[in-house]
Amino acid sequence: MSAPSSALRAGRDPYHLGHAPSAGVPEYTGHGAGGPAPKRIVVGYGFWIFILSDVILFSCFFATYTVLIDARAGGPGPREIFDLHTTMAETACLLLSSFACGLTSLAVARHNLLWSEVFLAITGLFGLTFIGLEVHEFIGLIARGAGPTHSAFLSSFFALVGCHGAHVTAGLLWLGTMMAQFRAKGFKESIRHRYLCFSLFWHALDIIWIGIFTVVYLIGTITP
Amino acid sequence: MTLLGKLTWQAIPFQEPLPLFSGAAVLLIIIAVLAWVIVRGYVPYLWREWVTSVDHKRIGVMYCILGLVMLIRGFIDAIMMRTQQVMAYNAPGFLPPSHFDQVFSAHGTIMIFFVAMPLVIGLMNLVVPLQLGVRDVAFPTLNSVSFWLTAAGALLVNLSLIVGEFDRMGWLPYPPLSELTYSPGVGVDYYCWAIQISGIGTLMTGINFVTTILKLRAPGMHYTRMPMFCWTALASNLLIVAAFPVLTATLAMLLLDRYVGFHFFTDTGGGNSMMFMNLIWAWGHPEVYILVLPAFGIYSEVVSTFSSKPLFGYRSMIWATMAICIISFMVWLHHFFTMGAGADVNAVFGIASMIIAVPTGVKIFNWLFTMYGGSVRFTTPMLWSIGFIVTFAIGGLTGVLLAVPPADFQLHNSLFLVAHFHNVIIGAVVFGVFAGYMYWFPKAFGFVLDERLGKWAFWLWLVGFWVAWGPGYVVGLEGMTRRLQHYDVAEWHPWLVVAEGGVVIILLGIIAQIAQLIVSIRTREQRRDLTGDPWDGRNLEWITSSPPPAFNFAVLPNVTDQEPYWDMKIRAREIGELVRPEPQYEPIEMPRNSPTGFVTAFFATVTGFALIWHIWWLVLLGLAGAYATFVVFAWRDHDEILIPAEEVARLDRANRAARTARLQERMAERQSAP
Amino acid sequence: MLGELAGCGRAQLQPAGPISDAERTILLDSVVIMLAIVVPTIVATLAVAWWYRASNRRARRQPDFVYSGRLEIIIWGIPVLVIIFLGGIAWIGSHDLDPAVPLPSKAAPLDIQVVSLDWKWLFIYPKLGIASVNRLVVPAGVPLHLSLTSASVWNVFWVPQLGSMLYCMSGMADTLYLEASHPGVYRGESAMISGDGFADMHFDTDAVPQDLFDAWVARTRSTGPVLDDRAYRELLRQSVPPQPYTYRSVQPGLFADIVMLRLPPGEGPRGGEPGIRPIGGSSVHPVRLR
Repeated sequence: MSAPSSALRAGRDPYHLGHAPSAGVPEYTGHGAGGPAPKRIVVGYGFWIFILSDVILFSCFFATYTVLIDARAGGPGPREIFDLHTTMAETACLLLSSFACGLTSLAVARHNLLWSEVFLAITGLFGLTFIGLEVHEFIGLIARGAGPTHSAFLSSFFALVGCHGAHVTAGLLWLGTMMAQFRAKGFKESIRHRYLCFSLFWHALDIIWIGIFTVVYLIGTITP
Repeated sequence: MTLLGKLTWQAIPFQEPLPLFSGAAVLLIIIAVLAWVIVRGYVPYLWREWVTSVDHKRIGVMYCILGLVMLIRGFIDAIMMRTQQVMAYNAPGFLPPSHFDQVFSAHGTIMIFFVAMPLVIGLMNLVVPLQLGVRDVAFPTLNSVSFWLTAAGALLVNLSLIVGEFDRMGWLPYPPLSELTYSPGVGVDYYCWAIQISGIGTLMTGINFVTTILKLRAPGMHYTRMPMFCWTALASNLLIVAAFPVLTATLAMLLLDRYVGFHFFTDTGGGNSMMFMNLIWAWGHPEVYILVLPAFGIYSEVVSTFSSKPLFGYRSMIWATMAICIISFMVWLHHFFTMGAGADVNAVFGIASMIIAVPTGVKIFNWLFTMYGGSVRFTTPMLWSIGFIVTFAIGGLTGVLLAVPPADFQLHNSLFLVAHFHNVIIGAVVFGVFAGYMYWFPKAFGFVLDERLGKWAFWLWLVGFWVAWGPGYVVGLEGMTRRLQHYDVAEWHPWLVVAEGGVVIILLGIIAQIAQLIVSIRTREQRRDLTGDPWDGRNLEWITSSPPPAFNFAVLPNVTDQEPYWDMKIRAREIGELVRPEPQYEPIEMPRNSPTGFVTAFFATVTGFALIWHIWWLVLLGLAGAYATFVVFAWRDHDEILIPAEEVARLDRANRAARTARLQERMAERQSAP
Repeated sequence: MLGELAGCGRAQLQPAGPISDAERTILLDSVVIMLAIVVPTIVATLAVAWWYRASNRRARRQPDFVYSGRLEIIIWGIPVLVIIFLGGIAWIGSHDLDPAVPLPSKAAPLDIQVVSLDWKWLFIYPKLGIASVNRLVVPAGVPLHLSLTSASVWNVFWVPQLGSMLYCMSGMADTLYLEASHPGVYRGESAMISGDGFADMHFDTDAVPQDLFDAWVARTRSTGPVLDDRAYRELLRQSVPPQPYTYRSVQPGLFADIVMLRLPPGEGPRGGEPGIRPIGGSSVHPVRLR
């Protein structure tokens, strides 16, 4: 056994890291070195990481879409199938829904049950309208023979937009659960943390929709 | 449309005795174990203490058990493949192609997803919160869900042995072969759903650990004071978060192709099968580093502890780890240099791949200089580490060779390639996991494993590996491609016989490990680790008792040094008493056990099975069950239990007494030996 | 006969063409360069571990030796230098040995179209109007211009003694230049799992002197079946031919039709009984070389 190396301990910086070992009192560096972060931070942070991973999931579908955009197998291309009016309505629904979600956050911060529920319901109704419009668009396309099984381009389009739609649907289920929880449980800390995550999720879906709106619908209809 | 979808009695392989009997044998063993558990009345204990446990240490242990059991399953596949190739020289052998193809596919899938991943994640679960000096991971219940989803995936893969078939195109289902046209059976579906389910579990592990490492550390633990294992765990989990969604998306596309006639990767309709290659390896290459980086972390801990020296070049190690983490995303194309991508593309990706060898080389040198000037104790974990450095240096060499595109044109998909990745995965990941298993076993169970049998196991594995895979390099250079069910080339045959011998030696190594476990359990009273610090360790996991109490630390340690525990120990030895005065004990809140993970995994398994066999009503039932579980979990009111201060004090005082006794022993030793 | 057998051994290390020769050189050079650093590292690891064993009283302990700026420069520098060196080899080699680059030669390259099918190889000689299944006959000393595609799942075309392997993928054609420097029989195979008959997807590459090749072409043209639409559909079905055979004529533009997917790809197991069935009738005979 080697001799204890007190030279290493005596306030020096053996690894040349720029900070010496402190004697007894921990330094609070602002980088989590001040001990475990509070629950709210941990929950929000974890959910952020989840959202990042979800963005990567979407980026795969985006990449696939851009690769396959010309693989039409004799079928229609973006210009023939996209209707910007529907898209505009869908976008408006989602943006308004996000706005209502923001108002919910304010109501939750004030622990106001009535307004929380009202704004959440509005959020959900806009979301529901969005899903309705999307399903309508999909059914219309399939009826015109431009379903996802027709070409690789249509496959990638339905997968990308459908993946977003599936997320919104899951969000609606969550929203319903959230409303019930506000009623049943009130504004407990854990419920507020969950609402924090929900609103992050809902806004993130909005941002992804902006990507879809731009990459799929706008660029699709303005380029030949 | 029938009630059971595609599932009929024909799914049971009555005509093929081999899978039927092996499947039946496994089933009997499982039933026997379950019966024993029920008869002995262990069910309530297992349910209370393990199945519903959200304690990171328990979950870690369960991950490791899953990995070790699956290692045996995967190894049986390996024996079958090697035996087939010995017998199949100018002969059909004992496995028809349809079965042989399933065996190598299952081997690869199980070894990567259900052996290497659970073992690595299991050790991270066990150790990372302890090293960080905190009480649990960020999301304990989610952690339990992750584990049980992984177990559900493993269950589905093994179910394919008896009900239906497994995929037949290797551990990655390359289209168009994996498309419905060429693989109409349920094999690919088993693969996809098993990996989707366990992949979601892994993704949640990644999120959990990134959050834990970045947001939950003992006071004073800067990033540059984190133990190297935590750094590598951070890198690995960042890779999980960034790479696993790609796997999920890719397999989702393949499933859309197969289930509803999409055209992502099909030959027809404009599908692009090359895109699958790109996507799957955008996940697949980082996956290699998800496995190997934590193993590097384990070696760093082991080499430092058993050289009685701090890790050499800590800052270099961090840089090297993070460099590997980032570059690993920029090299995926080297898995298909032979796809005709053009010279510039090949060269750029070839050089990018080689660049990874730089930080890896730096790590090897740093371990070397950690030993330099140290006092090296040749315990079993240390032997695994040195065996790793030697083996891995060769594996790295062949890896860089494969990264040279013109060389790869002659080595790709040959046995040389297969020998290379076994060289690095066995030589680095498996050896690392075994080193970690020996090293942290006393921490998990409170007694030390038998050294003599451990050394036997090491030597048998090391020799067995080289006898098994050295010939792989040779036959690869003789033009043997992988996955051959039979062949007619005389030169290959003797080498494959030698390789079979290597597999037998590894089998002896595994038997030695099982014997080691049994012997150590039976003699555990003599092997007790009373102080919680059996190896003269340096990081915070050794500061608490073995096994640690549920709350890990009575009070969170204050970190004042890169090696916090070593620092305290040195000062204690100088002054002859514990430097930590007895703290003011306070009650501790710990997360309450929850069956959520188990129930979720149950419904995931049901849903997966129903999807594989097209039993749509059961799919809906499974999904509804999963949602109900979510709501029930969300409705809980009390998710924490309070451990009273007296209990905390009792446990901590016992540990302090043991440590004081040991310290005085040491002081006496030092005085008697001037 | 014995010479032919011996030719099969040490495939990549016994090159029989300029490409495989160059690739062997790169392979061996790279190994030697890396061994120069790997062997000392291994020896040093074992030596350091052994010298600093706890029981060695002569070893000088330096428990504080945890950082050395100079050493770190060396630690990073050595691998960087090796990789710069190897990177250069990789860059130059990738360009020189790009499969799509024609070989310098006085002789005009021979065009061969390679189609991988379930589970057989079809070699079409478009200029000569003949085709061969599971045997590639080529003149020695003449560059081969191979166009590769697949009529079903992916395969990898690989003749180790001639050089580079390349993927055969449906819906596209890859270009590969190879050459056999001297006559011989070189084993060819598929290096990518393609289903139950994968292990049987090997073929002999007969490199013969030009006059023998011409004679083989003449004999092939005079005998055997015709590769037309019907015969091609028969080929598409999953099967392993019991022995190699040839077609005396080939429907023009067949390869382009396969690549452009104007002909449907293989139907997999649905195209007939799955499993391994021999194809071709009694009318099919291999054309003898000598």
